Parts: sequence; structure tokens; C-alpha cells
Amino acid sequence: MISNEVIRRLQSILPPHCLLLVREDLKPFESDGLTAFRNTPDVVALPETEEQVRQVLAACRETGTPVVFRGAGTGVSGGALPVDGAVLLAMTKFNRILHIDPASRTARVQPGVRNLAISEAAAAYGLYYAPDPSSQIACTIGGNVAENSGGVHCLKYGLTVHNVLSIRVLTIEGEELVIGSEAMDSPGYDLSALMIGSEGMLAVTLEITVKLLPKPERTQVVLAAFDDVEKGGAAVGAIISGGILPAGLEMMDKLAIEAAEAYAHAGYPLDAEAILLVEVDGTQEEVSEDVMRVREVLLASGATEVRTARDEAEQKKFWAGRKAAFPAVGRLAPDYYCMDGTIPRKALPAVLRRIAELSVEYALPVANVFHAGDGNLHPLILYDANQPNAWQKAERLGADILELCVEHGGTITGEHGVGVEKINQMCVQFGSDELQAFHGVKACFDSDGLLNPGKAVPTLHRCAEYGAMHVPGGKLPFPELPRF
Amino acid sequence: MQKIAEIIRAAQTPLRIRAGGTKDWHGENIAGEVLDVSANTGIVSYEPGELVLTARCGTPLAEIEALLDRHGQMLAFEPPHYGTTSTLGGTLACGLSGPRRPYTGSARDFVLGMEILDGNGQHLKFGGQVIKNVAGYDVSRLMVGALGTLGVLLQASLKVLPKPQSEMTMQFECDETEALRRMNEWAGKPIPLSAGAWLSGVFTVRLSGAESSVHAAHNKLGGEVHEHGAEFWKGLRDHSAAFFQDEVPLWRLSLPSTTPALSLPGKQFINWGGAERWLKSDAPATEIRARAAAHVGHATLYSGDKTAGVFQPLPDALMKYHRRLKQQFDPRGILNAGRMYPGL
Repeated sequence: MISNEVIRRLQSILPPHCLLLVREDLKPFESDGLTAFRNTPDVVALPETEEQVRQVLAACRETGTPVVFRGAGTGVSGGALPVDGAVLLAMTKFNRILHIDPASRTARVQPGVRNLAISEAAAAYGLYYAPDPSSQIACTIGGNVAENSGGVHCLKYGLTVHNVLSIRVLTIEGEELVIGSEAMDSPGYDLSALMIGSEGMLAVTLEITVKLLPKPERTQVVLAAFDDVEKGGAAVGAIISGGILPAGLEMMDKLAIEAAEAYAHAGYPLDAEAILLVEVDGTQEEVSEDVMRVREVLLASGATEVRTARDEAEQKKFWAGRKAAFPAVGRLAPDYYCMDGTIPRKALPAVLRRIAELSVEYALPVANVFHAGDGNLHPLILYDANQPNAWQKAERLGADILELCVEHGGTITGEHGVGVEKINQMCVQFGSDELQAFHGVKACFDSDGLLNPGKAVPTLHRCAEYGAMHVPGGKLPFPELPRF
Repeated sequence: MQKIAEIIRAAQTPLRIRAGGTKDWHGENIAGEVLDVSANTGIVSYEPGELVLTARCGTPLAEIEALLDRHGQMLAFEPPHYGTTSTLGGTLACGLSGPRRPYTGSARDFVLGMEILDGNGQHLKFGGQVIKNVAGYDVSRLMVGALGTLGVLLQASLKVLPKPQSEMTMQFECDETEALRRMNEWAGKPIPLSAGAWLSGVFTVRLSGAESSVHAAHNKLGGEVHEHGAEFWKGLRDHSAAFFQDEVPLWRLSLPSTTPALSLPGKQFINWGGAERWLKSDAPATEIRARAAAHVGHATLYSGDKTAGVFQPLPDALMKYHRRLKQQFDPRGILNAGRMYPGL
């Protein structure tokens, strides 16, 4: 529990409408988008001015009270899960777009601005903000910075780290730092690379300047069906080695196709084992050439059917199925658990085969949706939380899938972050020396460990315990550590 | 690698990391015994279909680029070669990018993973070989541009891109202000730009993409086709152009691309669509730095008297965190000590 002294200090800093203390007000903040983990916060601070943020952080520092930052709470790794005894500091009231400069193609915004709102405001100038996580209608840019969010267009346009020019942050020591600038580089170390994706562990973001891009003249979507997942995977490699860099390159397996079709009526071929959606964008001429080349490569790769969207309406229809894939799969079972591993594309057939085997072993269906262009796999594990142990089973299957990704040279998280969800898998991804280096980086900015404690980077003891109960591939991680 | 680690562990005094030696002039002059990392060579893996290349950091840039070229791919940040022996590690340590940078991304943007030796000779692996990866702090990218002060770069994985099917360079006669206006206006439109420069009344742009797209853009924009466009950009990228060949101090100003004409004494070669301005000037360092700072940019001294410092000084608060990171990765101050700032 949080001490009365801390509450009193918060009450002296914040007006009553900016401080939530009673259970029914606190309840909505008990989880982020990963609802399997819940913990009602002791107190929620909703500051309206930077000065209030500064004073709240000072109060936390002086009383040794932990702080968890939160944006819209759409994250799916538990990064904003409340921590016992901590202040939950929500930045959602900082929701102003401060300046859009069409000449320099930049937008200066507060952290609580929604991702999509930036593109909407920039549209008048023919510009947009490229990263488009599926939650873009609701998620905040501050949360995107914390998680280094991606989307379906990362292969060509990058993640948040590639599209943010500068951030102004406040450290727990009360120092304001401007990191990066509207120039294309800055003197000193690249601290923006450290801050972006740091999951609220290093500082709180007060202001963000993002890069805006000109809207492509034309976009075209091609849909291809395959009677075999491996052929689909090979087609992805063939498109890319053929010199085409698609804006989006998505793959869905049979279960995902069936669910999406039943839900969104996108016109997907139901007899296919896999479909690919290939989006190319650019100038009129470029898109015409690329569509022809993409069609040729797809047919040569053994596609049973290749369709080019005739008009914008059909393009939207092709995408509608993919974009509805999560809610559509959600109709197949009471609950689903979305994974976020990334693998080298060539490992796709082997990884999908093993996921299918694991699905049988655990008796839990798995639908696969895949950002094929950048190797980011989202297996959706279907389960029923009302069944005894079902969540534990789904969680174990998820862990096996992530460790499978690591085994194939991939990573445990492509865009969702570690949070609390994948903290054990960090022990599989990294050795103790690297984890210690991460703790060292954390200590440079937050030596008392007050910011988002227990998230993102596991302690070595935690890894030792995880290793003892779970030995992937028969190899004991952290052999140098004592076991308890 | 083992040998390098042993040297670091045994070192009692600072080491100066060096491979091809083409950038010895870059950064502050430092003392220290040379730590030769040029033998750490070789391309570890490359699969065109994955768009990922992994190489040891002593590998010559030329070797990497030749391999990529054979598969129709490239390092899209168009790294400068300040000599024939430039290596991957030196390029990343200095964080150098060429004319294509504003349109495709910088050296750090293309780094996916890195293996390093820290100041205790400890071998650490960060990031990986996949394009999307948010596990752990992004230490790989932190190493880019850190001038070897946080670690010896051993191996790096990079995202590579397909080469454009076709490129065309065009020139226009216009003054600096008009060139800056056009560079910024065009960058906000769906035009397949891949470079934009200005020098002595001539504005030069490069278009890259499908052949039909490049031709259509040329028809729209006009301009006289430069018959030796590739050489023009190489001359700017590698500083082999005539502009760079004199004894006047060379400064690099990194600024928002919309910064108006600077009217500093000396001559300028504008690159990066206005965001990078090469200045040959005898003006005092304080004047040049103040002007860059007034436009929220910074100035780096590339050649000339280094007594006023090579890099723009950092605000105290920021410097504090730099010192802590240095302390974390190189507590004994062994690696390239002082190459960037005193105490780092």
C-alpha cells in the first residue's frame, strides 16, 4: 500500500479532479491491453501541467515511491500494469498537437496525442505519420515511444525509432533533457535509441517531434492464395529478393483466413492454406511496374490465385479481413492470447510446423497472422479462461512459441514489448552479461529503480528460478548462478 | 576477437581503436596505444531474401558493397568512404551517412544488432538479425556514432535494401535560398527523391526508383540531366570533390533542412536536402557554433585547428548521463578516451 504521506503530497500537488483514490475510479486502470494481468492501482495521478508532472516525480523520488507511466493503456505486454505501492501516472491529458510544420515535415506533439490524430492533422498538407500500430485509433504517441511501436508498414517505413526526431524527457532526478533535434543528428551519444522502446524504465516523455512523410501518390493491394504455407513463405522471399520493397506484406494461415472471412466477408478464398496481401505504394508509374512484377513472382511461386484490387473499395475489403483478424479469431473462442515473436523469414515453414505440433500437444488451437515482410509472427492462442488452468496452459504454450523463435535466430518481441508478459523469456533471449548491462543502463537514469519496477528486464535471480523450473532444449541457462 | 579482449583486459592506459585508419583525423586527437582491429574481418551471413547482412566490423566497406551489388542490393545510408580501406566498424562508430540519408535513413537506422567488447573486455551481444526487435534497451544503436568510447565494435547485423532500378541526376541554376525552398517543397511531395545538394549557384537532385517513375518525375521537374551523376554524388559523399581540396578549415553543420541561408563567411556545399551544410571557413569556432545552435543544430569540425573542440558542447545535464553511460560500459576509461569529449 502507498503511504498516507505520499497521498498527502500528491493532494498538495494535484487538484482533486486530477487524483483518483477510490476503488471504483481506480478499477479501470487495473490493466492495459493484456487483461490476463490485473492489479488495481493504489492511486492514479492525471496531471495537466508539466509542473505537476515534475512535482509528482519529485514527491516519488523523495519518498522512494515507485512510478508506473501510462498512456491510453492499449499496450499488450503489461508495460502499464500497476505495481503495488506505486503511483500510476497517466499522461493522457497532454493531448495537444502543438505545431505542424509542413515545410520541414514535422509535428511537435504532447505525449497523450493519439497516433492516428497526428496523421489526421497532417492530412491537410498531404503528409502523414508512418508507424501505424493496429491500435492507432486509440494508442498515444507517448506510449508508442515507450514501446517502440510498429505496425503493418515497418519493412519500408520503420518503427517509432525511425520516425521520431526528438523527445523532451524528464528524469526521476528532475532533469529535463532534450534528446535529438529537428536536425537529422545530434552531438553525443544516440540517447533517443535508448529512450525509445525503454518501456517507461528510464524517464517520462513530455514532448515529441515526429517526422511526417508525403502521402504516396498511389497504393495498390494484391491478394494471393497458396495451397501450402511453405510456398507462401517462399513467395515472400522471392518478392523481396526480386528487388521490390512492399509497403505491407501480410500472411494469414487457414484458421485465421476462415475466421476473418466469416467476420469481415473480405472475399478470401476459403480453400487456401495461406494467403498473402502485398501492398505496394509510390508514384503512379512505380506502382504499375511493381504490381506487374509482384504478380509474376507470385504466380511463379505457385500461387493458386492472384487478385489485384480493382478499385479502392476492393483494396479496403482485402485489408478489412486482415485488420479484423484479431476480433475475428476472438469469436472462435472465449479468449485469445496474442504472441509477438520475430523470426528470419526463411525459418517460417519450420516454425509454423512446430507451432502446429505444439498446438496439438497443448490441445489449444492457434491461428497465425504474420507481418511476413519483417518476420513478425502473431500466433493467436485460443483458450477459455473459465476452464481450470486454461490460462496457465495458454501462457506456457506462448512461452514455448517465443522460445522457438529464439531458437530459430529470432526474438521474443517484435513490437509489443517485454513488459511483465515476456520477462521470463528475456532470460532465454539474453545471457546474464547482457542483462547486467541492461541493469547498468537503467541505473544510469534511475539508480533507485523507481520507474516501472519489475518490468522489461528480469533480475538474474528471477532468471535462475525460471531456468530451474523450465529448461529449454535441455540447456541450463545461467549455469554460473546458484539455484534455490 | 579473443586477442582483442585480452589486450583490453590487460590495458592499464587508454587504447586507440583503429582498423582501416581512414578516419584518424575524425574527433579529438587522443593519445594511447593503437588497438588494431583490422584483422577482424569477414562476412558472417548474407541472405538477399532476408534483407539482412551480418559482418565482422573490420570488413572493408568496399567488400560488403561489392557483395550486395552482385545481388542488386545496397547499404541504403550510402556510407562515405574516406579512403579505400574504410571498414564497417569505423563507419558505424562514426555514425556516417551519405547523400541518400534524408530519404532512406541513417547508419543507425539500419543497424539491427551488434556484438561488442566493453571496456572490461567482456563480449556482449545486443539486438539480433531480424528487422523488428524490441527486446531490451537498444544498445546496438547506442553504439552507432559513439566513436568507440562505449565498446569495441566486433560484429554488426544490418538491414539492406534493394538497389533502385534506375537513377537520374539533374541540375538547375538557382541561388541558395531558392534551392533550399525547392528541396523542402519537393521532399513533401510524392517525388522519388534520393539526394539534394547545392553548390555555387547550382542545385543538383537525384531521383531513384522504377525507370518509368524516374522519367515521369524528371518530366515534371525539368532540369538538365547530369551525365556523370554517380561521380558527382561520390565526390560529395567521399569529400573527393574539388570543393573539399584546400587548407581552409572544414565544418559540418547539421541543421533542420528548412534553416535559411546561413551567410557565414566562406563557401558552402549543401547536402541532405538542406539538413547538412559543409562549410569551408576561417570564421571562429564560437561564431559557427553559435549560428548552428541558433537554428537548433550543431557544428562539427572536420579539419583545422582543434583547440576549440571538435564537437558542439553538450548541456551539463545531458553530459552527466553521458558520463554515467561511459562509466557503465568502460569504467576504466580505456576505450578511445576523450575522442568525443573530455572525460568520455
